[in-house]
Amino acid sequence: MCATCGCDTDGNVTMHEPGHHHDHNDHHSHDHQKKVVAVEKDVLNENNLLAERNRGYFEAKNILALNLVSSPGSGKTSLLERTLKDMKGELEFAVIEGDQQTTNDADRIHATGTKVVQINTGKGCHLDAHMVLHAVQGMKPKNDSVLFIENVGNLVCPAMFDLGEKERVVIISVTEGDDKPLKYPDMFYSSTLCIINKTDLLPYVPFDIEKVKANAKKVNHKLEIIELSCTNGEGLQIWYDWLKSKVLAPETV
Amino acid sequence: MHELSIVMSIIDIAQQQAKSADAKTIDEIEIDIGCLSTVQMEAFDFAWEQAVKETILDNAIKKINRIKGKARCLDCDASFPLENIYDACPKCGQHLIDIVEGKELRVKSLIVS
Repeated sequence: MCATCGCDTDGNVTMHEPGHHHDHNDHHSHDHQKKVVAVEKDVLNENNLLAERNRGYFEAKNILALNLVSSPGSGKTSLLERTLKDMKGELEFAVIEGDQQTTNDADRIHATGTKVVQINTGKGCHLDAHMVLHAVQGMKPKNDSVLFIENVGNLVCPAMFDLGEKERVVIISVTEGDDKPLKYPDMFYSSTLCIINKTDLLPYVPFDIEKVKANAKKVNHKLEIIELSCTNGEGLQIWYDWLKSKVLAPETV
Repeated sequence: MHELSIVMSIIDIAQQQAKSADAKTIDEIEIDIGCLSTVQMEAFDFAWEQAVKETILDNAIKKINRIKGKARCLDCDASFPLENIYDACPKCGQHLIDIVEGKELRVKSLIVS
């Protein structure tokens, strides 16, 4: 068999690509040659380009885009609900919700009176920059606003996909293991802020908060950490101050 | 299973490159995958087998270079191999490290004809 195109001396042809036609009447006059193509291209190049496009859009409109990532059930949506209610009138918000199925989370956000778009990924385990691009085109977030992008609950896959966000916020709750940053290092490595949620439950669970902080810092020494509880409100002010500090002052002419 | 998305991106890149090189087939594809990248190789191989069917990569030889993790300590400036992202500097024990190699995920080259 010819190693170049797979054609056989007895005339049987192995097709490599639809539309790839050889003239097999003459087996011994192959004029195509092997060629090395240096590619050197990041596999996620396409996503990264779209992410940069989103980032440029956000910067031009002075929108603070935050990518919220966590395992399912850490309290991402509850934190958003509480934040949207508490900071109403102080900052302008918009939300993109990512889930495999249902509009449950978007309904909860909608109930707070905030502009929201739900992305259902179907079987997809993460949001990508392309999905966010389309969501943003549809919702048209206002200038000088904060855009929360709540990713699919998953501590693995979303780590690889830049959405064009300014900051990536990983949320962990005290009902999870304090070794989670070591078990899922990529997410903690790629995040800029870590929120430890549900601190009101600390007396009831064997969760060592100092240990989780040390573990998170082992993975990413630059990671900022905020401890809070959406239920009793403890620590929320620190989170709100963090948000306000990140919203760039609108340019004055 | 983000490995499937990764394989699909590789197929897209390969198709574009083959087209611009005016190639009919891809005989070999060389991919760098760092040991500290978020790719699980079993899942990658499984996704690959399914995804390349009836694409230009169907019969291509897949050559994977696993690039080992390497870091530099920002505290004492030592360079050392890094197996896990959370490992400390073996010289000074600090975690103030900068990952130099091991996060790669790129299509390096193709052999086309």
